[in-house]
Amino acid sequence: MTETTVRLPDTSKLVVSSSPHFHDGSSVRKIMLLVIVALMPACLAGVLTFGPRALWVMLVCVVACMLVEAICTKLQGRTCTLGDGSAALTGLLLGMNLPVTTPAWMCVVGAIIAIGIGKMIYGGLGYNPFNPALVGRVALLMAFPTAMTTWVAPRSASSPLWAGVDSVTRATPLGTPWTGEQLFSTWELFIGRTGGSLGETCVPALVLGGLLLIALKIIRWQVPVCFIGTVAVITGIAHLAAPEQVAPPLLHIMSGGLMLGAFFMATDMVTTPLGRTGAVIFGVGCGVITAVIRLWGSYPEGVSFAILIMNAFTPLIDRYTAGKPFGVISHPGREVKL
Amino acid sequence: MTAVFILTLIGLLLGLAIALTVHYFGVPTDPLAEQVAELIPGVNCGACGFAGCNDYVEALVAGKAKPGHCPSQSADALQKMCELLGVASEPHSEKVAVVCCSGTDQYAIRRAFYNGVNDCHSAMQVAGGAKGCVYGCLGLGSCSRVCPFGAIEMRADHIAVVHPELCVGCGKCVTACPRRIIKLVPKSAPIHVFCISPERGAVKRKVCNAACIGCRKCVKAAGEKQMFINGFLASVNYENPPDVNVVTVCPTQVLRTEAQPAAVAAAEASASPAAAATKTAS
Amino acid sequence: MTKKHLRFYGGVQPQESKIASGVAIVSAPLLATYVVPLQQHIGVPAKPVVAKGDKVLRGQLIGEAGGFISAAVHAPTSGIVKEIGSCLGPVGNQLPALILESDGEDQAAEPMSALDWPNASPDELRKRVAEAGIVGMGGAAFPSAVKLSPPQNKTIDTLILNGVECEPCLTADHRLMLERPEQVIIGARITARILGAKQVIIAIEANKPDAVALLQEKAAGTGVEVRSLQVRYPQGAEKQLIYSLTGRKVPSGGLPMDVGCVVQNVGTGAAICEAVCDGKPLYERVTTVTGTPLVAPGNWRFRVGTPYLEAIKLAGGVKTDPVKIISGGPMMGMAVYSLDIPILKNCSGILLLAADELRQYESTPCIRCGRCNDTCPMAMMPGILSVQIEKERFELAEQWHVLDCIECGCCAYGCPAGRPLVQLMGRAKAAVQAARKSRTAKKA
Repeated sequence: MTETTVRLPDTSKLVVSSSPHFHDGSSVRKIMLLVIVALMPACLAGVLTFGPRALWVMLVCVVACMLVEAICTKLQGRTCTLGDGSAALTGLLLGMNLPVTTPAWMCVVGAIIAIGIGKMIYGGLGYNPFNPALVGRVALLMAFPTAMTTWVAPRSASSPLWAGVDSVTRATPLGTPWTGEQLFSTWELFIGRTGGSLGETCVPALVLGGLLLIALKIIRWQVPVCFIGTVAVITGIAHLAAPEQVAPPLLHIMSGGLMLGAFFMATDMVTTPLGRTGAVIFGVGCGVITAVIRLWGSYPEGVSFAILIMNAFTPLIDRYTAGKPFGVISHPGREVKL
Repeated sequence: MTAVFILTLIGLLLGLAIALTVHYFGVPTDPLAEQVAELIPGVNCGACGFAGCNDYVEALVAGKAKPGHCPSQSADALQKMCELLGVASEPHSEKVAVVCCSGTDQYAIRRAFYNGVNDCHSAMQVAGGAKGCVYGCLGLGSCSRVCPFGAIEMRADHIAVVHPELCVGCGKCVTACPRRIIKLVPKSAPIHVFCISPERGAVKRKVCNAACIGCRKCVKAAGEKQMFINGFLASVNYENPPDVNVVTVCPTQVLRTEAQPAAVAAAEASASPAAAATKTAS
Repeated sequence: MTKKHLRFYGGVQPQESKIASGVAIVSAPLLATYVVPLQQHIGVPAKPVVAKGDKVLRGQLIGEAGGFISAAVHAPTSGIVKEIGSCLGPVGNQLPALILESDGEDQAAEPMSALDWPNASPDELRKRVAEAGIVGMGGAAFPSAVKLSPPQNKTIDTLILNGVECEPCLTADHRLMLERPEQVIIGARITARILGAKQVIIAIEANKPDAVALLQEKAAGTGVEVRSLQVRYPQGAEKQLIYSLTGRKVPSGGLPMDVGCVVQNVGTGAAICEAVCDGKPLYERVTTVTGTPLVAPGNWRFRVGTPYLEAIKLAGGVKTDPVKIISGGPMMGMAVYSLDIPILKNCSGILLLAADELRQYESTPCIRCGRCNDTCPMAMMPGILSVQIEKERFELAEQWHVLDCIECGCCAYGCPAGRPLVQLMGRAKAAVQAARKSRTAKKA
């Protein structure tokens, strides 16, 4: 081997950085895109159930959220963060949480509240204490209670897809007082042929997406299991105690925003606890609050409120569930303020 | 009607409770201390040598310290403080911080691209900072972030520059710099040596074109009493600073009045310090 | 060996990329110049005992230990001491160094007398380890003689020889175990004799079945146990290794000797064997030179003081220009910017990364995904800590046991936000240690 044949490295363009020098290739954008992919079955179900206007509502929300984020980053003088996909995801979730009849301007208002007030004023992704999509939805629910609780009946299965929905309002399973008789058949509830927000009704589609996220380790299984389980247990006990006043637990877990909330909103990374124990506490807490609001509150549905309330407890849960490091005897979380 | 009555009652009771608490548990404050405290900026920079502005004020009022330790106080305020306290101020020389490095991207060699935390201490842990000169300014702004007066500007070409008109000489940046290249010098001194590397001239020239090469020209021009050579590095004798005109003899422009070599300063003249300062903060 | 092993918390499974594992160790040819740093270990630099212009022989002592925590340095070949100056070290600092011009004869100095180790006293053996300048060759470079002198009140019952080599890409220990199994085993037995340890375990990750089988065969009847461990980074980290093998947890802030264990690299074991049985001081070591940009990655026995550039020349040069040159492995190694840096006693590998393998840190905000919590083998919360460290709240980091961080890199390896977590932890560790030092100084 002679000197001339050996090519020596050019050291003028080297990069130095801290270890580790390998990375598993994960990124925020990939995570957000996978969540969006996991939401696709439910979106499709929403469109099939409520007609093409569902697509329009979701589209308006997504575009509005992305626009608001772009404008906010511009105003704050930061680099544009649209690329991480979180604004699109928030928009999609917001859209899925609205009735199909929501006017476009209301979607835009929701998007402004969700991204602007729910996320960007705190400093953007990673700093928001509350789930932005839920902040938007709850704000709309408070501001426009009529529009936000006017549910139309699903498209009849025989009419063509483009026909849209009849403007017949229809009650939701939770919105109607329980009289001891089911308004919808269990099958209708299961596949989502009931009144409700456009993305929350189809149970199998939501579960499919949720399972995908659990399999990819993007969300912790503890959250949906504990959330849904707690709601089932509490409503079950209440139903046994007063079958005339309280709907059976199966109706409770299959209606309203529980499935969507448990799999996609209560598992939002930024606003929920970090650890496994924290996830269990968070899920149970959400379940208890949801059940309490549904059974005794004046609102028929309480998933959004439950998740938002538990979001506020996240730092506290994190502090008290902090595991002790390897080889440490005392517990750090108890000694220190985070 | 009942509601109004109850609310009024509660209000009155709470008001009474506050009044009583203040009366019985209030911490007495010295009106003189309050007046004195108004005469210093209250940024807790620590330059006076006390634990904070409050501590200094307490010492002043108690007569344990004399006015004149606060570097950021104006002459007017100092005068007022002396009148208030009825004592003469202690003589003190105004100090200013100087970043002893001229190694901008244009002059200093960068051995590699640094990728990591935007902080000088952290950069030191990665291959000791990627700058060719192991003594020079890393340009990541640790000093600028600790400055309570916003007096340190981070230039786009990776060097920290102190604005003497804003600097009060508190010395926070001196300890914040991991390379210890910031010095506190008398504000009156007109020129400084903007290099700190103790290496031989030839070694320095390999990594930086704006280094003190120890040529002794300035010492010859100004005289041994005003400039001296320490190893291979020229230094200004701040007890007896030389005349401004000495800068003309320096071949590498490290001995000069302002922080940037003339060529760079001219190019950057358009960027005002205020605009640059906001850029750093963001 | 069907003994069940415990599984340490967390960990990751990076791609192994051990492309040089099949390449036998080759002794590197003699060079014209060696740059021998006098500080190749943690602690005080060695004091030079030769002067400029002196003629030295291979294996001759050129630097004696400069303090209690220090190690001797020996000449890698015969030649003339050209200069006593300094050189750039892998961490980017200047190291005091001796520049040795080879005379090409490679004349050996009178070796130290071989010791009859089964009958020699532990003190005699320990003295030899110190004389031979042996340091921990796995990376930390802690002087072995100090490690092998536990205080009187600590009894060591278990010696673990670390042949795990959990770092991706590196294959030096693997090749050493395959090619010199006897040395590793005898080194282990000598060390056990020095410490009085009853149990001697050689730990190897299950991805090296050939080394496990060979060492088991050679170790039969010697009382040395060879165990195969789950492939999971950082299996070879001291505390995790002890836990996997014995179930003992090294207390926070403690040392392995607090739980009666000493962990030593297999390379160190082999070096101890050479020092005791052949009287040969430590002046060469096996180093992996690897990476996709290289023409012929492999394992070489380099003399200490060989510049990286020479090592890369031996590996056939490069096909493409690397964007990163790393001293050590990809998970814990240090990126360097110069090829003049010499190979030290603790340099287990030189790794070159091509542009497509590079992932830049971005420092986007933590999205609280919790992955670092799950993968941190010390069960810390790197994500939350990093946010506090960015705000320079070091006293808080200290209370959260930042000093326990082993800087294994699991957290940053899987961080979707691309945060330089290890660097932040390192920063906090340095700040906390400095604060502690000033606190004790104030008290005194």
